[in-house]
Amino acid sequence: MSEINVRILEIFVPFIVMLIVTGFYYILATRNLIRILLGAEIITKAITLAIVVVGYVTNNIPLAESLVVIIIITEVFIIAVSTGVIIQIYKHTGSVDARYIRNIRG
Amino acid sequence: MNFISILLILLVLLMLFTLMVVISSRLLFAAISLAATSILVTILMFMLDSPLAAVFELSICAGLITVVIMTTINFVKPLTQKDLLKTRKRRFKKYVGLPIVLAIIGLLASITIKPIALKLPKIIQETNVLNVLWDFRQTDLLGQSILLLIGVFGILVLFREGQNK
Repeated sequence: MSEINVRILEIFVPFIVMLIVTGFYYILATRNLIRILLGAEIITKAITLAIVVVGYVTNNIPLAESLVVIIIITEVFIIAVSTGVIIQIYKHTGSVDARYIRNIRG
Repeated sequence: MNFISILLILLVLLMLFTLMVVISSRLLFAAISLAATSILVTILMFMLDSPLAAVFELSICAGLITVVIMTTINFVKPLTQKDLLKTRKRRFKKYVGLPIVLAIIGLLASITIKPIALKLPKIIQETNVLNVLWDFRQTDLLGQSILLLIGVFGILVLFREGQNK
């Protein structure tokens, strides 16, 4: 790795760690199901950014790009299905609070 | 301004918008801030020579996912003004320490994680993204198509009108 690539990694690593921590804290601290989705989105963004940066510094961009494309498409499925679940939960309980879905009755 | 300082400014902006997602008490603002973070990630990807990933990020994360989340927010009952004030106070208490904690974690990460010590993957000698996708990631593509089917069936099951009614 050249000097500039090491510098780029040094800059990116703390920010990626901070983004992941923010996403996890958001998921743990909130009770709103839509906000939990937003937290998952933040973590995914951090991971995609990490993959692109590592691809760039190791001169391996095509592999990184293909991985990121797969991650983004998977993310869409997750968002689509989980928003569907959230809407159904809202129809049943009248709220998107995670506390109201604790009583699973089968 | 050189390349690294531009990257640094974009990363700081990205962190600020992420904090806006976390702190904003209105869900709609949070969704819009998330779209803004997507745009910043797109710019970073373009700067790091990954145009295909950047285009996917911009069109899907900043476009499609924002629209899907906003539609979901529209389905949900909005907060009243009284509730909003109460939530704002509670959220402020919950997240007031977060920027400081994040700054400490970022500092610790920059001290402890040294890029030289990271093991980086081997280089695949292929310059075309599509060749890598079709030749090296075939299993992933298979998994993705299965996931697509699962997604479609999942949504169909979730939104199926009851036949017995």
